[in-house]
Amino acid sequence: MLTTDTDTRDIRTEEFELNMGPQHPSTHGVLRMILKMDGEKVMHCDPIIGYLHRSIEKLAESRTFTQVIPVTDRLDYCTSMTSNYVYVLAVEALGDISPPPRAEYIRVIMSELNRIASHLLWYGTFCLEIGATTPFLYAFRDREKVLDLFEMTCGARLLYNYLRVGGVSRDLPSNFMQEMIGFLDYWEPMIAEYEDLLDKNPIFYNRAQGVGVLTPETARRYAVSGPSLRASGVNYDVRRAEPYSVYADLKFDVPLGQSGDVFDRYRMRMDEMRQAAHILRQCAENIPAGKFLDLHNWRFTLPKGEVYKHIESPRGDIGCYLVSDGGDKPWRCKFRTPSYVHIQLFQELIRDVLIPDIMAIAASFDIVLPETDR
Amino acid sequence: MKRQDFHRKLTERWPETGLDEDCENGLVVPVEAIHDIMQLLRDDPETECDYLDFITAVDHPPEHMHVVYSLYSLGKQHRIQLKVIVDRDAPTAPTVSHLWTNAEWNERETYDLYGVVFPGLKDPRRLLMPEDWEGHPMRKDYLHANLASKPD
Repeated sequence: MLTTDTDTRDIRTEEFELNMGPQHPSTHGVLRMILKMDGEKVMHCDPIIGYLHRSIEKLAESRTFTQVIPVTDRLDYCTSMTSNYVYVLAVEALGDISPPPRAEYIRVIMSELNRIASHLLWYGTFCLEIGATTPFLYAFRDREKVLDLFEMTCGARLLYNYLRVGGVSRDLPSNFMQEMIGFLDYWEPMIAEYEDLLDKNPIFYNRAQGVGVLTPETARRYAVSGPSLRASGVNYDVRRAEPYSVYADLKFDVPLGQSGDVFDRYRMRMDEMRQAAHILRQCAENIPAGKFLDLHNWRFTLPKGEVYKHIESPRGDIGCYLVSDGGDKPWRCKFRTPSYVHIQLFQELIRDVLIPDIMAIAASFDIVLPETDR
Repeated sequence: MKRQDFHRKLTERWPETGLDEDCENGLVVPVEAIHDIMQLLRDDPETECDYLDFITAVDHPPEHMHVVYSLYSLGKQHRIQLKVIVDRDAPTAPTVSHLWTNAEWNERETYDLYGVVFPGLKDPRRLLMPEDWEGHPMRKDYLHANLASKPD
């Protein structure tokens, strides 16, 4: 908060505009914010998006249903598996296709591993943005190990193109489970190490507590989702509310926050990583043998109709609204993405704060711009 | 609540409300009533749809364009999709941005990409495309030099 002492009150001040971005290291892509400043204080923030608009929805209309899958990878480079997943889920719902049980488990394993990779990336960059460099090195050291698991599964480290309509593109390598359990045994104690760096750190405390408080009422008005919504105490997780795949059979907790500030949003993601590891261990135990793919014709038509499917991505509720006219290409393919909502929220949340708080607030929502602009 | 319950509730006041043949969870509602319907669905304790997932449009040349609203209730955990059919040559639908703030960007985007005008929207600028862009690129008949097929 800014102190106003009597001496400075007499000095004439005027509001001025400050342009932040589009090229700014803390925006995870290119986001421009037009700030109205009163001295050091931000009075108003107008986020401008569109710099990464690659018209993914238009591209989807000119490709067959299978050809759209690699395009969805580019929605969000931190969690390509979940963007693959939500699209494939929508196509399967329209075509009444059900993947074999083994594929369902592989998909859940991949989404949870991707959640860990994404949260680690978030943890590293979030700390960078509030001025701590060391946690970044810890996070990226361990994130590499998750990416190695992806690499041995599908050959790619970031843009996987792994899921298919009716299953996944190839089976898990024979040593995958062993490697994954090995990773979890190593990594689970590491979460405590990440927390030690921040939880009891007074500098971090002062930067995070009580900053950027999001009330449940505002969160509803903006349709905020994911860890950012749960940090405000609203219990909504798609994996629980509308369970997809095998999530109904898995045991996991949904961590909830209370105050909805930057600190709580950080806590949510730490707890979620623990739950993800818990889910992964259950999957490793229960995964059945069998086929991993049921459909072998890549060019197919879907019946006329439309469907909306959504899943819980690391950032929140990602959805795909798919319309088919009976042909082999989508007639309309709309993606509802969590970052789109969270950036819009800045115009309300970034008000009466100092410039360094902007970075803390923006980073705490885990925004990713390619997902916003599509 | 299931779709039939929503349908029954809405037909009391708006008898022209119909079931959506294409979407198993959808209703087709009259465009001029969309604001009142959304307000009812949000405020009525029975429906309590407090969460607006998205607004978008679907182009159906030559005559129609659909504007689609997806609503969810965090408390009741039910979902309903509303659809209004507008004239493709002059697509217009009343704004719902004073009910949900996130409708603002959704409507700006729908205008930007489809040309649907939302009277009452405070800030009707384009959202994704540059401000001086001509045309609405997601329309099916949109032509641009980069999209034209090139000679072999």
